[in-house]
Amino acid sequence: MREMGAGWLGGSFSSADFIAALFFYRMKHDPKDPLWSERDRLIISKGHSCEIFYAALAEAGYIVKEELKTYSHLGSRLQIHVDCRTPGIDCSGGSLGLGLSFAVGAAMGAYILPNEKNLMATDRGQRARFRVYCVLGDGECNEGQVWEAAANASHYKLDNLTALIDSNKFQSTGPVEKKMDMLSLAEKFNAFGWEIKEIDGNDMRVVVDTLDWAITVRERPQAIIAHTIKGKGFPSLENTNCHFVKMTEELLKIGLDALAD
Amino acid sequence: MKSRYLREARDIFENLYSAHNRALVELATKNEKIVSCYADFPPGEVGEVFQKQFPDRIIDVGIAEGHLITCAAGLSDAGFIPFTHCHALFVLGRAYNQIRHNVAYDHRNVKIVLCNSGVIWGGIGPSHLAIEDFAALRAIPNLVILSPSDAVSAEKATSAAADFVGPVVMRLPSVAAIYPTLYTNDFRFEIGKAVTLRDGNDATIIATGILVNDVLQVSERLEKTGIGARVLDVQTIKPLDEEAILSAAKETGAIVTVEDANILGGLGGAVAELVTERDPVPVKRIGVRDQFGESGTSEEIKECYGLTSPVIEEAVKEVMRLKRRY
Repeated sequence: MREMGAGWLGGSFSSADFIAALFFYRMKHDPKDPLWSERDRLIISKGHSCEIFYAALAEAGYIVKEELKTYSHLGSRLQIHVDCRTPGIDCSGGSLGLGLSFAVGAAMGAYILPNEKNLMATDRGQRARFRVYCVLGDGECNEGQVWEAAANASHYKLDNLTALIDSNKFQSTGPVEKKMDMLSLAEKFNAFGWEIKEIDGNDMRVVVDTLDWAITVRERPQAIIAHTIKGKGFPSLENTNCHFVKMTEELLKIGLDALAD
Repeated sequence: MKSRYLREARDIFENLYSAHNRALVELATKNEKIVSCYADFPPGEVGEVFQKQFPDRIIDVGIAEGHLITCAAGLSDAGFIPFTHCHALFVLGRAYNQIRHNVAYDHRNVKIVLCNSGVIWGGIGPSHLAIEDFAALRAIPNLVILSPSDAVSAEKATSAAADFVGPVVMRLPSVAAIYPTLYTNDFRFEIGKAVTLRDGNDATIIATGILVNDVLQVSERLEKTGIGARVLDVQTIKPLDEEAILSAAKETGAIVTVEDANILGGLGGAVAELVTERDPVPVKRIGVRDQFGESGTSEEIKECYGLTSPVIEEAVKEVMRLKRRY
């Protein structure tokens, strides 16, 4: 963010806890082999939350930390929305409402066995080759395609698919309930045939336990509504609409000091 | 002189969608990565064969074209080669962003089959008649756009699309109507290559899709009056076979383009862009003249939209009159 002089601060920091839990606890992946066919996938549908994803990729070893300094520069693999030219990223972001459909396709693929009736079988157990995680924004759930994907996921009983909704209560230009109030996302996903959990998405213990729960669910996709704090970790910005902020040296210091505590 | 791949008689009639699906069944037998996807679109008799043989590799996502395309990109991420099928207009209109972002930009190995393209099939009215697909899709980087003209080329184009690693769009006409088979079975489809079906040095008719048959008739008739009209079948709209088109401009000095699509930005637009920049010669574009389609029989529609042999023939004579050397 220092490189760009600005950043998607709010959404990156609200989702930091569960991105860390996925990368460094729950997901099966190999930074040395980013295209390993059996890897679990992580799709960042709210593609603007790229900074936290790049930080995780660097920490895990997909890219070297030095490369983070190229963020936003012409020719860099680290574009201002997640981009699949970066190792470890499967689906480019930026156009909201698409990622869950991509995740559904990948999750279907994990169940397709040639010349069998595995994909639609009810007794298939959990024979999926891999799991797919998809991070969506609460504002992003305004997009109609999210619900096409949600319906399709339960129709195909994709129990290897977990959606994490970063419910930080703000979208680009204001509070989500003032833009288009989606009321309860948990009730909606439940009505679409998903198993749901509503959690404190900034409590690491709860996040880890919920990710462990998700892999035990059979025949239904799981939606984790993670209630989070936009800008979590930046005391002066928490719970404000800090969607895209100018990154001053002063602000940077506040953030770094808070993280150091 | 005519191409060795052009059949002597055009007495066999077949549907291009069936031919495509036949190729898909054969490909799926050899390659377990081939998956066939639909958005509540009829697979047809041959498509049902696919369903019976490969029950785990046919996916119908319901009436959700946007989701269909992004989901196909996800399937490709899981290692598969998905072919998607639905009405041309709906995938174009509902999934333009998805084609651009999830397929073209991310360079996904997804094959998008545009069914029921053009106005000639009349179909079920203007809501279902796609005229803008060439113009809209040509403007997206990374996309290969195929447009076979008969059942044989549709079958071969399907195999070529499967072999090619990357995003491909294939345009097909009515999924129900039958059209004359132009090519012999040993025809080799090459992405990016136009086929010179008939030679000639007085003018060139550059055509694509089912109207290639009408163009052949025009060329044959003109030959009897002493006019040599070359016929180029452009089976790849993008990348365009620039070499074949520029040779035609140089050697014949006059061009008529023919397509069942809007002439704005379509094949006519693409040819005009190329020759005006590189070797200006008179170009006359035959196609849909920036109008929406409507219901009717194919013959009525061809008459109404000026897509008939006499119109093409007159256009050839007109461009010949405009030639620099005249």
